[in-house]
Amino acid sequence: MSTRIVPAASLIPADAPFPKAAKVALGMPQLRKNLAHATGTIRAKRANVAGELDDWESLRDTASAIKADVQHRLPELAVEFERNATAAGARVHWARDAQEANEIAARIVREAGADEVVKVKSMATQEIELNEHFEAVGLKAFETDLAELIVQLAEDKPSHILVPAIHYNRTEIRDIFDQKMGDAPKGLTDEPAALAEAARQHLRRRFLSAKVAVSGANFAVAETGSLVVVESEGNGRMCLTMPRTLISIVGIEKLLPRFADLEVFMQLLPRSSTGERMNPYTSVWTGAREGDGPEDVHVILLDNGRTGVLADEVGRQALSCIRCSACLNVCPVYERTGGHAYGHVYPGPIGAILAPQLEPGRHDDLPYASSLCGACYEVCPVKINIPEVLVHLRQQGPHQAGERAAMRAAKAVMARPRLWRAALKAARIGSMPWRRKGFLRRLPWPGSKWTVSRDLPVPPKEDFRDWWKERQR
Amino acid sequence: MSARPTAREEILARMRRALDGAGEAPVPPREYRRSLDADADITAMLIDRLVDYKANVHHGLASIAAALGDAKRVVVPADLPEDWRLGGAEFVPDTGLSTADLDGTDAVLTGCAAAVAVSGTIMLDTGAAQGRRAITLVPDHHVVVVRREQIVGHLAEALPMLDPVAPQTWISGPSATSDIELQRVEGVHGPRRLDVVLLED
Repeated sequence: MSTRIVPAASLIPADAPFPKAAKVALGMPQLRKNLAHATGTIRAKRANVAGELDDWESLRDTASAIKADVQHRLPELAVEFERNATAAGARVHWARDAQEANEIAARIVREAGADEVVKVKSMATQEIELNEHFEAVGLKAFETDLAELIVQLAEDKPSHILVPAIHYNRTEIRDIFDQKMGDAPKGLTDEPAALAEAARQHLRRRFLSAKVAVSGANFAVAETGSLVVVESEGNGRMCLTMPRTLISIVGIEKLLPRFADLEVFMQLLPRSSTGERMNPYTSVWTGAREGDGPEDVHVILLDNGRTGVLADEVGRQALSCIRCSACLNVCPVYERTGGHAYGHVYPGPIGAILAPQLEPGRHDDLPYASSLCGACYEVCPVKINIPEVLVHLRQQGPHQAGERAAMRAAKAVMARPRLWRAALKAARIGSMPWRRKGFLRRLPWPGSKWTVSRDLPVPPKEDFRDWWKERQR
Repeated sequence: MSARPTAREEILARMRRALDGAGEAPVPPREYRRSLDADADITAMLIDRLVDYKANVHHGLASIAAALGDAKRVVVPADLPEDWRLGGAEFVPDTGLSTADLDGTDAVLTGCAAAVAVSGTIMLDTGAAQGRRAITLVPDHHVVVVRREQIVGHLAEALPMLDPVAPQTWISGPSATSDIELQRVEGVHGPRRLDVVLLED
């Protein structure tokens, strides 16, 4: 009955340049259908609950300024967090890069006498490829978020920050459970409730017996040394409460100055991400608490390229991101290609500005994966001016020899009025046969580089200079 | 002796270098709301939100028994008021129950620290009548008692009511997922049933 599932990530070449990978994704009709359905649903929900708050714009202004303040005071706040978390019984580690963070985490797991961990959904651990590192050193990491579980079982990669299995529909998910989850019930239907029940049964014993959990954090409060995890299913609460050892891997940009700042961010985040007034569960914890939850509590503060982003005056606003994924859901490019085509753990508009900054020299094509329509900026709860950073990164990035030559030629012509007028005239005459159509579909090489994905408007019959001259008479 | 700098020293040095010449930190504006309009009926709003999340809402002390339904073994925090232990169930005080013991109970009955009307959020901070986090997580049914004076309109009013450094759980409806086609399904790993008992005074 069930169809063999082929992981989407295996079809879309992650290392290929974005235009190539996007072309493959665009040729997958089921993927496009699933994406359009999901992003459309979530857009409507977000707009609805954001519209309920008459102070939404003020909240965005405040959130944006708090994040800018955090970036300006990052060394001071990181040390304050370390001091308070340590005083509350946590052990704080620092990791320069992915390798160092993975090694610290693996060492803690071993010291706890374990060889497997349960995991809360976390972008930071995906970014550092913790699961892959654990597997290489003989440890196992079990994803417990439903969507992450689906992706892990399918041996696929996440395609969305918030709902990583967004590219699968219910029938495909049923098939994945059927084929890959050893204890899937017989005759499992594709009803979402039945699939959620199957996941509950599958993970229950693991939760209740796990020795070590690994999490990320949505926020790290400097004033108190607390971490905050926002979730829906209760898998997060299970991981954060039941095991004896807890390891949380936290990007340094997650800091907030004060506990009271949550009154801003916890209004913006759930409404922007799942389109709910509040997510079902939020956990806040501060170090270790005797008789309640993990006794052996670790926090790994992660740099992994973030201080490089901080150094760029325009680009550093990307560090304000709270990973809500609203920008993915409104992006006309993401909606059509999905997350895999971006070839990075952070896809969509935010990925297009974060990936090339976190890994300089790689992903230089991503700032072009945008039409600069600005919808991402409008929905961003922390007001990251994504189009501004996209343009900034385009300017900084490498340009192909052909593009450089074309720009040099254009500059030379535009700098000489007489030449420019002659060029316009030539263009007008040369394009005459297509005048009636209004645009050019296909130019010969090298113009084909432009027209392969865009139409070129035909120059008008009369240009402004001629029109003006005529008028003056 | 100049050893290789530690990761901590190096990351802090990188931050300071990155911020060289970055200027003053901006002062965040605080124009947003901190409360609802004075005429807002916060109890009605809380009920509306809870029902929207598919939680069941009950009124008055006597309704605790009905809220517990057919639960036979009910775990309670050791300091839960005696007069809340209503109905025919066996009430098991948590004196450090094992995970297996907790898994063998049908429900948990607790109080809370605060409830936020605008988002339908019930907040626990392991304070009075709330117990440790595991007892409100492992049983499949959570009955939580909210007193009138614990209800506030806005999140900004609730945060000062919490112990910021105690473990906290903010609960907005029963466990749920939207991971399959963005369709909300109630009941995954946390308690699949949430019953809220409102006490007038």
